[in-house]
Amino acid sequence: MASGVTPDDIALKGVRYASGRLGDSLAGVGRAATMMLEATQVSLRRPPSVRLIAQQMGAIGVDSLWLVIVVSLFTGAVAAVQAAYQLTSVVPLKYLSGVILRSVVIELGPVLTALVIGGRVGASMAAELGTMKVTEQIDALRAMGISPMRHLVAPRVLAAIIMLPVLTIYADAIAIFGGYVVAVVVVNVPSPIYLQGLREFFEMKDLLSGLVKAVFFGSIIGMMGCYHGFETEGGAEGVGRATTMAVVSSCVLILILDYILASVLFRIIFA
Amino acid sequence: MIEIRGLAKRLGRRQVLQGLDLDVRAGETLVVLGPSGTGKSVLLKHIIGLMKPDAGSIRIDGEEIVGLSEEQLNPVRRRFGMLFQGAALLDSLTVGENVALAMQEHARGLDEAEVRRRVIERLEWVGLQAAAALKPASLSGGMRKRVGLARALAMDPEYVLYDEPTTGLDPITADVINQLIRGMQKQLHVTSVVVTHDIKSAYTVADRIVLLYQGRVMFDGTPEETRRTDDAMMRQFIEGSSQGPIQPV
Ligand SMILES: Nc1ncnc2c1ncn2[C@@H]1O[C@H](COP(=O)(O)OP(=O)(O)O)[C@@H](O)[C@H]1O
Ligand SMILES: [Mg+2]
Repeated sequence: MASGVTPDDIALKGVRYASGRLGDSLAGVGRAATMMLEATQVSLRRPPSVRLIAQQMGAIGVDSLWLVIVVSLFTGAVAAVQAAYQLTSVVPLKYLSGVILRSVVIELGPVLTALVIGGRVGASMAAELGTMKVTEQIDALRAMGISPMRHLVAPRVLAAIIMLPVLTIYADAIAIFGGYVVAVVVVNVPSPIYLQGLREFFEMKDLLSGLVKAVFFGSIIGMMGCYHGFETEGGAEGVGRATTMAVVSSCVLILILDYILASVLFRIIFA
Repeated sequence: MIEIRGLAKRLGRRQVLQGLDLDVRAGETLVVLGPSGTGKSVLLKHIIGLMKPDAGSIRIDGEEIVGLSEEQLNPVRRRFGMLFQGAALLDSLTVGENVALAMQEHARGLDEAEVRRRVIERLEWVGLQAAAALKPASLSGGMRKRVGLARALAMDPEYVLYDEPTTGLDPITADVINQLIRGMQKQLHVTSVVVTHDIKSAYTVADRIVLLYQGRVMFDGTPEETRRTDDAMMRQFIEGSSQGPIQPV
């Protein structure tokens, strides 16, 4: 250690760096939340046009439906294989569909849908808005006295909030179907037993808690897509950076929020 | 009337505006000349409230706009039209929809037919009535500029800010635009600020010409005074010489 740098110094530097990054991220989440507040205020004064919201809902649905279908089909299939492996010789196989149902409806359906859409839609929102920012299209709206919060942000966030639960219901149904195929064809569970398990284990509060999660995840995706789009600086490179940031931050926030919601929803509200 | 006093703005490490004073009188067309990167576009963005100054005051017909919120600025902005340097057309919309946007947002009383009529009329002014259904991406730079101009004039503004209206246009189209700017002032008594590098355009449209350099107004005079001036900076700019008090970058 000729220069007098000790491992402690290096560790300290690392901690400072990490906490700096964490601080930056928290500040970013704060600014994004402030932006949402502003968009809400502006939209309460005068609501965004239904046509713009519908357009965004269409974009989200069309962009993502096939992805959601593929992802949830295989998620259900994997859930069935896993459950069969873990349950065999422990409990009767009639519980198989119950396990699949619950894990899909509470956890896998909402979270995987949100991660997939966070990638697909969050990225395209950030790229589109980022391009509009660097080509002064957002300034042009402001100069015309048109609020970008009402015209651009509110329709995107609302559309994401509406579409996430819708897509999650699709995802749940398709995943359970994927599980059914594997259970019946591969694990040789008789079809009536699988269906009976679904009926026995279905609980409305499971489905609802999954959909409540989806609503929150939708708002995160819309919020991060818009925030990073609006923060874009510096040409095409900046747009690329914003796109990455939107995807990474929404995925991380979705997983963190999933933990918080799981604690809150199951311990308190749906207990 | 626009009264600007002591306007200062730092961007990055550059002090772009350094206590700029400037008046734009009611009904006049003021041309702002200056080398690239001096802060001409930044000045226009301050006038319409897109940028907030570090210091100074901007009054529009006596009303202070520095310190207003976005929401409070909206009524002021509706009296303005702005042509952006890069046109800044919304590329998700057609040319016609770009021109119609502000009308649909602010004048909800207008019926569709009236909006359409006004859109076509504005596009005729800039010679692009045939382009209404096209997307901006399929237009040349000069055509986009002219659509931006049609959009800026959509709401019959009292004030129009033009950022390099003739840059990238052929000399004939440039003259059409110059006449249009002239006509806005003569017939509609619009108050205008025209940022340009085009000396011919400046002489054609200006009631008054100022030269912006190092964040301040360095010359102020009528086109006639400008032609005859022996101010070294103004002469250098008009003659387009790299030798003189203005340092080329
Ligand atoms: N949003 C911005 N962020 C940082 N710097 C900027 C920004 N806008 C303009 N600048 C800088 O301000 C200076 C003046 O820019 P501008 O007003 O566009 O010049 P011009 O006189 O050519 O229109 C330039 O140095 C430019 O780099
Ligand atoms: Mg400029």
